[in-house]
Amino acid sequence: MSSKKSIDRLSWLTPLILLLSSWELIARLNIFPEYLFPSFTKTLLSGYILARDGILLINLLASFTRVIVGFLIGTFMGISLGILMGYKESVYKALHPIFSLLMPIPALGWLPLLILWIGVNEALPVLLVFICSFFPVLYNTVSGIRSIDRGYLDMARSLGVSSRKAFFDIVIPLALPSVFTGLRLEAGMAWRTIVAAEMIAIPVGIGALMITSQYLIRVDVIMVCLGVLALMTLSSEKLLIWLENKIVKWR
Amino acid sequence: MTEIQLKDVSNKYILKKINLTISSKELFIVLGPSGAGKTTLLKTIAGLVSYEGSIFFDGEPIDHLPPEERKVGYVPQDFTLFPHMTVEQNIAYGLRVCKASSRIHSRVEELLDIFGLRSLRNRYPKDLSGGERQRVAIARALAIQPRVLLLDEPLSNLDPATSKYVKRWLQSVIKELGITTLWVTHDISEVEELGDRVGILYNGILEQVGKLKEILSSPKTDNVINLLGLQNVFECEVVKVDGGFIEVEFQGVRLLTLYDGEEAEVRKILIRPQDIVISREPVKMFNVFEGVLEEISEKISYAHLKLRINDVVFISELPLEVYRLMNLRVGEKVFITIRPRAVRII
Repeated sequence: MSSKKSIDRLSWLTPLILLLSSWELIARLNIFPEYLFPSFTKTLLSGYILARDGILLINLLASFTRVIVGFLIGTFMGISLGILMGYKESVYKALHPIFSLLMPIPALGWLPLLILWIGVNEALPVLLVFICSFFPVLYNTVSGIRSIDRGYLDMARSLGVSSRKAFFDIVIPLALPSVFTGLRLEAGMAWRTIVAAEMIAIPVGIGALMITSQYLIRVDVIMVCLGVLALMTLSSEKLLIWLENKIVKWR
Repeated sequence: MTEIQLKDVSNKYILKKINLTISSKELFIVLGPSGAGKTTLLKTIAGLVSYEGSIFFDGEPIDHLPPEERKVGYVPQDFTLFPHMTVEQNIAYGLRVCKASSRIHSRVEELLDIFGLRSLRNRYPKDLSGGERQRVAIARALAIQPRVLLLDEPLSNLDPATSKYVKRWLQSVIKELGITTLWVTHDISEVEELGDRVGILYNGILEQVGKLKEILSSPKTDNVINLLGLQNVFECEVVKVDGGFIEVEFQGVRLLTLYDGEEAEVRKILIRPQDIVISREPVKMFNVFEGVLEEISEKISYAHLKLRINDVVFISELPLEVYRLMNLRVGEKVFITIRPRAVRII
């Protein structure tokens, strides 16, 4: 049983190995020029050199910091305002129409306006990540809270609990799965947005490294960056899923 | 323990001028079809919906009290267990607000024992069966030592075997605790042998209150008759009043019935199926008719017979042994006896 399980667990490896070996094979057949289609091993070597020289780390750290700071502020404000909107009907009624208008705008849509308003500096990418984090988590917090069956609140009150206490004891914990859905969405979005912003306007970061590599026709470096991005996005989402399973044990 | 009194209680949803007193320690049943206002009635007493009129606990009005101060143990139909709390946390939740932590512990332990939940204390509601969930819901409601217990269709989410067992068990728990209980249901079979008194709720109106036997033998309104599935109800005209007897007629059938002069007018009569007696020879009595046996269907403990006298169809129920002994056949002519005492004026 256990050996079968471990085989199952490794089954995702097979298609990956197939993909990488085909990549290697096609590159070695020299159908395309090497500068446009470097082999997997060449890309891996470039990755090693970039990491050794610290170039990868500097750029990754720059992107990572922006994502983390923007994500944390966006999440904190999204959840706080979401709770307020879920708790007070009057706040919901006042803010819902405004957010319904603002939410569909893609975060990058704000870029030209923000460049003119605050200029090209560290605040710019952080603000962009903030925008793309804030709305999904706000939306999911509000809809999570509003979808909780009123019966739970009634039940708590009949047990002698004030409605305010019941809101924090019952409604917010029950809205958590919905909040986490928002967080997972925004984690992926944050990485997509930051790379695009760095490509357009910011000199340091994974996106910036990619665009520089494009000018220098360093496809191997672009490939390394894509790999790093895939890993970062995937691990952020996995981390959130792990966190959700830790916190929302009852589902 | 607490006496509940409702005075002219109405609300905009459904209830219309409900007047009812439930004595201390009484197990009172409210029977009504779905949409009759049963759940609303419970929520009204719990203070969870707005209403007009007054509700008293032991003579004291509680209308000004919010739900959290009414001390009502409410068990909704779907149990509404908090899904993110374990069995133990669910039971302790109401206590945490009002009691010192040492007392919470002992009370929770006591309830886990009474309700046989000790081994399930760390489980979440999603991992419990219907019966287990119900026990948690009732334990949670009783944890706060409520003045009254409100049960909304407590057997409806259970399979038939469990529900029969739970009914007896719940009945004994309520008796033991001596708590005033209001139990609502749509199922008449649940009511038998259960409550002290029954109230029939129909479309927000409390149509009749009394012991089930009394209601069955003298239902006051059409809604009660329909709800209880009563048969042999006929609209009739009075032909003759003579001393203690009255003679009524409907569709060519004349029946003698006892009359004590209390009823102001006689418009409708009811004959319970088990009061219609069949024989092959005419009996020397009042109300003997010749009729035809049109249909027979055997139930578990009785035979359901359809009889025709002139154009009127009567339903009779015979004990299965009697029916088999008589060897009755469809289409045969029989004599039908209806004792005057069995004809009820409604």
